[in-house]
Amino acid sequence: MSDLNKLTIAQARDGLRKGDFTSTELTEACLGAIDAAGALNAYSHKTPEKAREMAAAADKRIAAGDAPAMCGIPLGIKDLFCTRDVPSQAASRILEGFLPQYESTVTQNLWDAGAVMLGKLSMDEFAMGSSNESACYGPVVNPWKVDDRQLTPGGSSGGSAAAVAADLCLAATGTDTGGSIRQPAAFTGTVGLKPTYGRVSRWGVIAFASSLDQAGPMTKSVRDAAIMLGAMASVDAKDSTSAERPVPDYEAALTGDIRGRRIGIPREYRMEGMSDEIDALWHKAAEMLRDAGAEVVDITLPHTKYALPAYYVIAPAEASSNLARYDGVRYGRRARLGAGDGVVEMYEKTRAEGFGPEVQRRVMIGTYVLSAGFYDAYYNRARKVRALIKRDFDQVFADGIDAILTPATPSAAFGLGEMSGKDPVEMYLNDVFTVTVNLAGLPGISVPVGLDRQGLPLGMQLIGRPWDEGGLLNLAQSLESAAGFAAKPSRWW
Amino acid sequence: MAITEDEARKVAHLARIAVKDADLPALAQELNGILHFMEQLNEVDVEGVEPMTGVEPMRLKRRQDVVTDGEMQDLILKNAPDAREGFFAVPKVVE
Repeated sequence: MSDLNKLTIAQARDGLRKGDFTSTELTEACLGAIDAAGALNAYSHKTPEKAREMAAAADKRIAAGDAPAMCGIPLGIKDLFCTRDVPSQAASRILEGFLPQYESTVTQNLWDAGAVMLGKLSMDEFAMGSSNESACYGPVVNPWKVDDRQLTPGGSSGGSAAAVAADLCLAATGTDTGGSIRQPAAFTGTVGLKPTYGRVSRWGVIAFASSLDQAGPMTKSVRDAAIMLGAMASVDAKDSTSAERPVPDYEAALTGDIRGRRIGIPREYRMEGMSDEIDALWHKAAEMLRDAGAEVVDITLPHTKYALPAYYVIAPAEASSNLARYDGVRYGRRARLGAGDGVVEMYEKTRAEGFGPEVQRRVMIGTYVLSAGFYDAYYNRARKVRALIKRDFDQVFADGIDAILTPATPSAAFGLGEMSGKDPVEMYLNDVFTVTVNLAGLPGISVPVGLDRQGLPLGMQLIGRPWDEGGLLNLAQSLESAAGFAAKPSRWW
Repeated sequence: MAITEDEARKVAHLARIAVKDADLPALAQELNGILHFMEQLNEVDVEGVEPMTGVEPMRLKRRQDVVTDGEMQDLILKNAPDAREGFFAVPKVVE
């Protein structure tokens, strides 16, 4: 059996249960594809031995008839998840050599379900970035290519998106603080779901901005996102913000019936300078949902414009606190010290050489907005604006809207290096359609809907009511099947 | 509000990140660009709005105040750049 690595989770699950192939064969196919894809630089650390052991164990479970949906499915894991005795360094020099002595709740849940770990996937350093160029491993390259340029897979979960798009795994974990699952999914023609805040445990996931971070699945289909979310999500006593809600059967929610669902089109998302192609695709996606029986309604989310500046106060503020732990004492790198250097020099030198420029910038901005005299002017004001942004969504949902349709990104994937040397704020604009969702704690999904004139994938975002991932996935699947997006990057690597 | 070179130095120190004097003007300029972007927030009327602390109006969970974990000194010290005799070791803190 060839090309097993190209299967979806659902196809592989069915084939494994029928005995068409084994997890060992499936895993070998992925390991072979990974070895042949060095040019993409998606994996920062490969774990073939572990993968083979886990696949053999999964095959035993499947043979014994004990096979949860994820059993035997080979996955890539974002470098932000702590995995026991496997390097987990958030793509940062400061965590060089760090070997966690514990397992994140999400990965533990996946292993308990029988999934197989292929390795760790690169990302923007500490998940801060939209292009994967800040990874200490060097940039990940998008498998999509239309000319001489190498394109970004997006970020921060760029390694995950590239690996899924290039069939270097069946699916991958991602994390999303301002769009880090949905933007790379859109740039690579894959599906990325950010669940409601609190749906998936944050325990053991290296923290960026704790009130915004949420892990989710990055997959080849909406059905796969439903299957994988079911395995990732849990109620976790180790995460005080994990919601006390049972995990429903998300796959069962994919009924295909969206008649009568009310879809909001927010006028504030029609940004100045937005490309005609994205606007046209947005109209087309709304038509597809209407044709499937949904009602499409114009809505208003008046504070949208302020989401990005509010986010770029709140996220760095939380990051500056979270990243204070990297001090050269307990784990990771410590700078070489000069004679007479004390503990403060140790901190300052360690952090100066351990953190890359974007991380340093955000830690310093966060420090500034939290410092005495500016706390009210920046941080508290941003948190008040955040409350207003959430209120906008609450109002729309109270008016009977079931989900909101927007573009996922303002453009298709751009070239590696094209944004360097520009104002950092320009890179931040990539998150313009996605940050609102993190600020309000809502679930959001990016679905590939078409190709642009150059032949690059474009995604649409659906935003759901809190805790309604099931309803959101059902709508997303309806959009997915109407769009019939089947394009794959042609192999050049 | 504009950040001067001196303020940039102070922020870098508060953040415990060593920045060379020669790099301070560029740093100040970058931080100013980002702060300028944030100043859009001043357009919003936030009178009477409570700052948001969490997305779910839920009380943090409580549990019995008992030891649930521990006895793993080796595991905790395993990743330390310098650990000696069961402790994390650092350069001299007090003169």
